[in-house]
Amino acid sequence: MTTKTIEIDPLLNTLCQTLQQQLQSRNIDNPAMIGIHTGGAWIATRLHQMLGLSEALGMLDISFYRDDFTRIGINPEVKPSHLPFNVDDRHIILIDDVLYTGRTIRAALNEIFDYGRPASVMLATLVDRSNGRELPIQPDACGITLDTKTQQHVNLTGPEPLRLTIG
Amino acid sequence: MNKRNIQLDDNNRLRHFLSIEGLKRHILTDILDTAESLSGVTQQTVKKVPLLRGKTVVNLFFEASTRTRTTFELAAKRLSADVLNINLATSATSKGETLLDTLRNLEAMHCDMFVVRHVNSGAAHFIASHAAPHISIINAGDGRHAHPTQAMLDMFTIRRAKGEFYKLKVAIVGDIEHSRVARSQIHALSTLGVEEIRIISPATLVPACCETLGVHVYHDMRQGLEDVDVVIMLRLQNERMETALLPSEHEYYRLYGLTEEKLALAKPDAIIMHPGPINRGVEIDSQVADGPRSVILEQVTHGIAVRMAVMSMAMQSHLADAHSSALESSE
Amino acid sequence: MKFSIRNGRIINPASPGNQRDTIGDIAIDNGRIIAVGKLPSGFSAEREIDASNLIVCPGLIDLRAHLREPGQEHKATISSESRAAASAGITTLCCPPDTQPIIDTPAVATLIHDQAANAGLTHVLPLGALTQNLAGKQLSEMAALKDAGCVGVSNAMRPMADYQVARRALQYAATHGLSVFIHAEDPALSNQGCAHEGAVATRLGLPGIPSAAETVAVASYLALIEATGARAHFCMLTTASAVTQVARARYDGLPVSADVSAHHLHLTELDVLDFDSQCHVRPPLRTQRDCDALRQGLADGTLSAICSDHQPHENDAKLSPFSTTAAGISGLETLLPLSLKLCEDSNMDIVDVISRLTTGPADILGIEAGKLASGHAADICIFDPEQYWTLSLDNIVSRGHNSPFLNWELKGKVTHTLLNGKITYEA
Repeated sequence: MTTKTIEIDPLLNTLCQTLQQQLQSRNIDNPAMIGIHTGGAWIATRLHQMLGLSEALGMLDISFYRDDFTRIGINPEVKPSHLPFNVDDRHIILIDDVLYTGRTIRAALNEIFDYGRPASVMLATLVDRSNGRELPIQPDACGITLDTKTQQHVNLTGPEPLRLTIG
Repeated sequence: MNKRNIQLDDNNRLRHFLSIEGLKRHILTDILDTAESLSGVTQQTVKKVPLLRGKTVVNLFFEASTRTRTTFELAAKRLSADVLNINLATSATSKGETLLDTLRNLEAMHCDMFVVRHVNSGAAHFIASHAAPHISIINAGDGRHAHPTQAMLDMFTIRRAKGEFYKLKVAIVGDIEHSRVARSQIHALSTLGVEEIRIISPATLVPACCETLGVHVYHDMRQGLEDVDVVIMLRLQNERMETALLPSEHEYYRLYGLTEEKLALAKPDAIIMHPGPINRGVEIDSQVADGPRSVILEQVTHGIAVRMAVMSMAMQSHLADAHSSALESSE
Repeated sequence: MKFSIRNGRIINPASPGNQRDTIGDIAIDNGRIIAVGKLPSGFSAEREIDASNLIVCPGLIDLRAHLREPGQEHKATISSESRAAASAGITTLCCPPDTQPIIDTPAVATLIHDQAANAGLTHVLPLGALTQNLAGKQLSEMAALKDAGCVGVSNAMRPMADYQVARRALQYAATHGLSVFIHAEDPALSNQGCAHEGAVATRLGLPGIPSAAETVAVASYLALIEATGARAHFCMLTTASAVTQVARARYDGLPVSADVSAHHLHLTELDVLDFDSQCHVRPPLRTQRDCDALRQGLADGTLSAICSDHQPHENDAKLSPFSTTAAGISGLETLLPLSLKLCEDSNMDIVDVISRLTTGPADILGIEAGKLASGHAADICIFDPEQYWTLSLDNIVSRGHNSPFLNWELKGKVTHTLLNGKITYEA
């Protein structure tokens, strides 16, 4: 199985531009950003800086909200979720590294709603694996769309340096 | 004759939590690590996670206990489970209903987990060996045999305070013979690989063949406390005076009570633990119990996270069988 | 009815030296043995049993079997357990007095005798109560009990009020020529215990019965036996210490004997691990060292009998946390195979093993039984010593299914049992 590496920076730029367009067309001027551990958090850290957001970055660990925890078991090394802002009535940008089946995003939404009622949630992912979606979830912004087979893996490693591999 | 461990499912994951004995070290450390993750939950604004949502946990207490029952109840609720409290200390079984019949009646109400406290040793094992396949049993204390969640929260407390287990000298002081907590602690400390486990107790309160558990027995507290890193005090019950096991609280306190003076023999950074409730002035001085090296109150806090960990781990095994999908976890 | 048993390996411990283990025939007529070794000339049997490759021995005598009748017929009855005994080669059973009502009146002894006679499958010899109501305070009417057929007296497992009562009971029994069957367990030392006080009970948090509970009682009773001259028998010893004490007493000429249960010869405290209530017995299973000493004591004759201590229970009695379960094993059907196992496990001679099940108990009870001899009742056991079999819920005859030996591979299966010259069991 050949592994292919994809350059991150161009993807981040695309993502950033698309996000800025989205924010403008929706008239959102003070979004709060939340990154999903682990890969989404790394991406969110970069984007947070690139977009120059003033509000502190929030991090979410969705391990306890997964719908398949009973099959794969509880990951003993869960980092705590940390949202340094009130979620109520805020426009949230939710960041993840790879969107595939959509279950992670569903779990993240559930968790966010446990904290409060946001005004809106936008989804931005670095990679959209367009084959394999199991839930009606689509990104509002993404760095690249990949047509991948089930057996393939798309992995982001990091935090320094960030590397995206397909294998 | 290799009997399968009743506590583990076919995939060697925790299904029942009945006793520390029989569990390998990695399961104990998994419990500690999971508790560590979950301890963050109790400090968040949203103090709940949906791990046990839709599940019903029954607190089946045949022996009265407010403190243990409330921590289990809190732990279950923080996992989003529904909780039923059944206090049988005064009801049906005293009218002659067998333990099995009580169990079957409750099973008929489609509960998922029983947290059981019972006055007879082996009760939790008995219930687990007769429980329907989809049910998990958590032992909240059976007779003198085991109190595994207490031992785990004690280990959690030790790990938080000391980091590693392998260099520690741990002393357990008091009535070991009648203590299920002590037995579970000894097994846990041993499995987690501490350097030395000491029992400090009058001869009448040391169980027969105690050394076979892997402990050193001391009758002199000063000798026993020398250089220890952790001191665990056990509660002394009044009945011990009545049955020719001890002469008086006074003499017990003189010989085995933890005072500042005796504590000075332990390491300067030794921690003091007690499963509670404390008998001030009998097994421990107020000064020591409230002092800087006491972690007694922290033990109570840790109890919730540890019980959340145990309950989630035990629940996952029987739900896993329902999943037939071989899909990888989503990205 | 004329029977002949042909070509069997006759093991008859009562015979002199070289005649204890021979190949031969047995002739039976009218319920009695008329010849051992060679059939009388001209003897024509109506039924001939071919005992080639089988062992023929006296019908086994079980010193202690609880038949549960009268009073606990939900567990078992004299009829059901007689049938189990017959299937196990046992032709005489001795039952203890702790029935409900207790065998402290002649009427109860007669009832048991009549029930056994009705069933007609084994002889049942009752032990009378040593004290009224087994309360350990007042002497029972031992003379009347003896007249009603009691072969001895016992206080079962109930405590005596104090040693003064015990001493007087021993004296009184002695004057009527009754042996006293003693369960040596000091009540204060055994306290609330349910398992041997040792490493396993400590691990399981089970209240323990220390060895001292037995050794203290044995020592005290030995002193009383010496003082009163009573004939006494210690039931089911379990400690190495007690075996030594009894050996010494016998050496010194005291009229004492002792037995051991079949399960104490094979199980130890380790079998209680996992809270297996099938191994909840009283007195408890002790250490390997004790087990070894019991086997040694059996081999050298200090312990002259193996009993089953048969205790059939309904299933519910074993279905609860360990200490709340009823103690006891349903043991009739494993008595023979477990005893035979000693030939392999501890190199005991098979003739000695058979004698612990026949002449040994007969001597203890003071009865004419346990021997194959002309003129004696034809109580005979025929078994295949090489046959492997498994006791399971499908084939167990006793109403009590409580046995830790279920699904063990057992060696030695009864093929025929005769009582008074009548076949009471045939495989």
